[in-house]
Amino acid sequence: MTIYHIIVFLPLLASIVAGFGGRIIGDAAAMTVTVAGLVVSALLSLYAFYDVALMGHVQTAQVMTWFSSGALEVKWALRIDQLTAIMLVVVTGVSSLVHIYSIGYMSHDPHRPRFFAYLSLFTFAMLMLVTADNFVQMFFGWEGVGLASYLLIGFWFERPSANAASIKAFLVNRVGDFGFTLGIFAVFLAFGSVQFDTVFAAAPQLVGKSLHFLGMDLDFLTIMTLLLFVGAMGKSAQLLLHTWLPDAMEGPTPVSALIHAATMVTAGVFMLARCSPLFELAPNTLQFVAFLGATTAFFAATVGLVQNDIKRVIAYSTCSQLGYMFFAIGVSAYPAAIFHLFTHAFFKALLFLCAGSVIHAVEGEQDMRNMGGLAGHIKQTYVLMWIGSLALAGVPFFAGYYSKDMIIEAAFGAHSGIGYYAFIMGVAAAVLTAFYSWRLLFMTFHGHFRGDHHVIEHAHESPPVMLVPLYILSLGALFAGYVFHDMMIGEHWQTFWGKSIFVAETHKAMEAAHHIPGWAKALPLVAGVVGIWTAWMMYIRHTGVPAALRRANEGLYQFLLNKWYFDELYDYTLVRPAKWIGRLLWKGGDGKIIDGLGPDGISALVLRASRRIATLQSGYVYHYAFAMLIGVAALVSFYFYLLGR
Amino acid sequence: MPLLTITTFLPLVGAFLILLSRGDEESVARSARWIALWTTVITFAVSLLIWIKFDSGTANFQYVEHAPWFGETIGYRLGVDGISMLFVILTTFLMPFCILASWEAIHVRVKEYLVAFLILETLMIGVFCSLDIVLFYLFFEAGLIPMFLIIGVWGGPRRIYATFKFFLYTLLGSLLMLVAILYMINQAGTADIPTLMKYSFSPTAQKWLFLAFFASLAVKVPMWPVHTWLPDAHVEAPTAGSVILAGVLLKMGGYGFLRFSLPMFPDASLYFAPLIFALSVIGVIYTSLVALAQEDMKKLIAYSSVAHMGFVTIGTFTFNQQGLQGAILQMLSHGIVSGALFLCVGVVYDRVHSRLIDVYGGLVNNMPKYAVVFMVFTMGTIGLPGTSGFVGEFLILNGAFQVSTWVAFLAATGVILGAAYSLWLYRRVIFGKLEKENLKGLLDLSPREILIFAPLIVVTLWMGVAPQIFLDVMAVSVDHLLQQHQAAIAATAKLAAAVAH
Repeated sequence: MTIYHIIVFLPLLASIVAGFGGRIIGDAAAMTVTVAGLVVSALLSLYAFYDVALMGHVQTAQVMTWFSSGALEVKWALRIDQLTAIMLVVVTGVSSLVHIYSIGYMSHDPHRPRFFAYLSLFTFAMLMLVTADNFVQMFFGWEGVGLASYLLIGFWFERPSANAASIKAFLVNRVGDFGFTLGIFAVFLAFGSVQFDTVFAAAPQLVGKSLHFLGMDLDFLTIMTLLLFVGAMGKSAQLLLHTWLPDAMEGPTPVSALIHAATMVTAGVFMLARCSPLFELAPNTLQFVAFLGATTAFFAATVGLVQNDIKRVIAYSTCSQLGYMFFAIGVSAYPAAIFHLFTHAFFKALLFLCAGSVIHAVEGEQDMRNMGGLAGHIKQTYVLMWIGSLALAGVPFFAGYYSKDMIIEAAFGAHSGIGYYAFIMGVAAAVLTAFYSWRLLFMTFHGHFRGDHHVIEHAHESPPVMLVPLYILSLGALFAGYVFHDMMIGEHWQTFWGKSIFVAETHKAMEAAHHIPGWAKALPLVAGVVGIWTAWMMYIRHTGVPAALRRANEGLYQFLLNKWYFDELYDYTLVRPAKWIGRLLWKGGDGKIIDGLGPDGISALVLRASRRIATLQSGYVYHYAFAMLIGVAALVSFYFYLLGR
Repeated sequence: MPLLTITTFLPLVGAFLILLSRGDEESVARSARWIALWTTVITFAVSLLIWIKFDSGTANFQYVEHAPWFGETIGYRLGVDGISMLFVILTTFLMPFCILASWEAIHVRVKEYLVAFLILETLMIGVFCSLDIVLFYLFFEAGLIPMFLIIGVWGGPRRIYATFKFFLYTLLGSLLMLVAILYMINQAGTADIPTLMKYSFSPTAQKWLFLAFFASLAVKVPMWPVHTWLPDAHVEAPTAGSVILAGVLLKMGGYGFLRFSLPMFPDASLYFAPLIFALSVIGVIYTSLVALAQEDMKKLIAYSSVAHMGFVTIGTFTFNQQGLQGAILQMLSHGIVSGALFLCVGVVYDRVHSRLIDVYGGLVNNMPKYAVVFMVFTMGTIGLPGTSGFVGEFLILNGAFQVSTWVAFLAATGVILGAAYSLWLYRRVIFGKLEKENLKGLLDLSPREILIFAPLIVVTLWMGVAPQIFLDVMAVSVDHLLQQHQAAIAATAKLAAAVAH
């Protein structure tokens, strides 16, 4: 057993103890077990980061065989390289802080052991995902986090909206997983293995080969990576499969911070980085990834502009930031994507948990229209939220400045059509990001309180158990970029990443990013300032402007408020028809056609005949026995026929 | 020691003991329950001996017994290989739970009910142990009689209709299969299954024989469009009847394809594979959509069974290791998971006496243990990795992808729909506010019910996390089957080439 076994399986153990033993050992013990488990796991992860990422001790720890059939061999194993080490720190770090924060946030909830068991279960699944050494184990973690997410979104099971959101999350992710599994099958078909090392080593030989897929002859690597990317789209809420993420905010806020911001939703980014040896050989897929990522970054930011639910604003912001990570991958700037994943985890978790602190202060209110002027009541949260927002907007020396700018610069540095598209979308989204972030700050903390005055009288700062994790995360939001940027995305990034990331020789975006024109370098910062300034003008200086703008552009406003009507589109084109067709097949297909022509039709005939012979009650069994008898008689006669021959 | 004969006929001994018991109705019922429980538990224990001493390194039939019956042509021949052995274990494993599930649910004619179940067990084990095609046929068909009785006597209000439908469907197929069997014996001069597996029927004969067997097996599986008997039979059957129906009887169809169609009619199997794929894929999507529209819990699970068995037939006809092993594993997994789901329905049916989804809601509030149990099996039926449902489905679809991306693509959509109807069912029954007055007094799982579910949960997770022990048992037999199949195809091709010259 290595420390990696402990890091991964300790949360599972804690989850089982808290989940099944919660009633016996009590709430406090259940919380202690899970929090302790996670803290230990996080500390060991820090050591792992030191050992693997800094000292270069890459290794794979075996667990056992999962299943094998013919050439297919799937093992449980923990693969630890630089990429995994970063994910270990992010996952266990944020998770342990969220665990601690939840002690305060969930203090009035009667189902705390269940909540903490789910949180730890989630962490375990996520750790299995990032330590997977083959596609199938990754898929195990992949669907495992989906399950945990489903359980946590629907944690307040009495709310119909929470139930609907949890099912939606699971199903939309299943659509992605559908692609992922087909991708795995393609991998196995091509390489006869699902193990990362074997597959990646053999990948170059597949260039130029084609696969007969759904009647078309397509480039093998392109279709394979596209299918895998569909999985990433689902988990990371990219355009078309993004609809579940905002609804997932129905879950308790710590869940939103951990799962729907810092860790699970980044699984898609991680997967693409892990599979860089495949994606690098599929330029068409990369272009598609860049296009979709850039479009998502912009799309989600536009929707974030007009949302009124404080958590939904941050949710769309997450969606948008994931878009940045994807277009970074699309231009082969994997280290930049993972670096942004790393810094984003800190400041986005910080923002979400701050939002939780706000919600906690105003007794569960989430609508920013019923907030305002909270700065004086919850000063610490206010300051912390500023830090998070500055990091998100990419203001110099905050974490996001280093990672987000790098992505935008890499897009420019790719010097390709799709690269410039991503650059433009990225800059535009940066303006919007800064705008909605400060809109959130101003609507929540500035001006006058617009809700019920009883609420504001009781508004109070959160307890230390909630604030301490915020302070720790704010350290990340302040310094994570400054401290690590040179190592992870500097000129010598290859030294740090080693073999965990593969970039084709011809893909130069990482290098080129450092040598782009000054105006392109400055543009993201200008974008941020413009966004903040506009928000200040609209929500502090001339507070009548938003309403006037809305009146002037009601159609556009509704379009954005209703999230480009994706939910309605899917409801009318997929959900309703499925139910309607199901009913039709049941009543019409099974009932009228199959039964009508088959058994019911025949039975009507038989019944008419049998009424004359016997009573109904006992008829069928005797009929059957009779048929059996005929059969046996036939057999016996046949036997005699053989004898007499 | 004739282990297979002992396993097969032990339940009959129990049935005999029950028939001997005397006294007033109440005490007879009580002793009958205990006798039945002990009989099934001991039978399971004995069947485990088969597994323990089973040599998974050979594809030969093991524990072979042979006694002449009608001369040498038709004999009493028993034996198991890596394909059939696990089905024997599945059957004996599920039976004690059926007895336990009927403990309080059945009040009338308890003695007869249990006798029917024990006879049914003997016949089911017999099906999987038979190495004589006539013996197989007898077990295969006779097994339906106790099932008819269980549904017809102890079933719900529309039980007569359900039984009759079941009967009509199976009758036609059975007769065709019987004719085919007679022809085969006539041709090969023996009813010995291992010999028949080596006998090469002419390609034309194979096609007719395949279709005749198909008529019977497709109904059993059941494949679309001959599936409509299943929802009705499930709805009317008592809980334990549903468990056996879904858990074991459906598997006889899948087993039949593996034991007869593939090895005995290799050319025809290859020839008709597209047909099987088409029917299976249609079945998966069609019945999944129909399941979405169901209002009755049992019907919903019944339709989901048809979809899951659609995966099995796809896997069987991929003719590769992943597909076949996946199909067998999927059958084992489905036997346990769908059986458990019917038991879950039974839990609330015993309390509320309704199967309609709308009658329930918010049960998590007063039945948290039940909610956990139901969740585990819901995840099992969805095929979440880590549960038994995943490995089989994954292997099947992987196998299918190698043969036809269309088949894999379309069948995989069933995985999405499967999650939809399962989660939707769970939500409507378990989640939400507990508002209905008649539900507020419901008690959580009793110790007896926990005793039923605990082993099923363990096996579901075990088969999900470490299924290798099951796959190892079947690996060599499946490999052998595939090699024989390829050799037969090659031989036919050679012959055809020779004729052409």
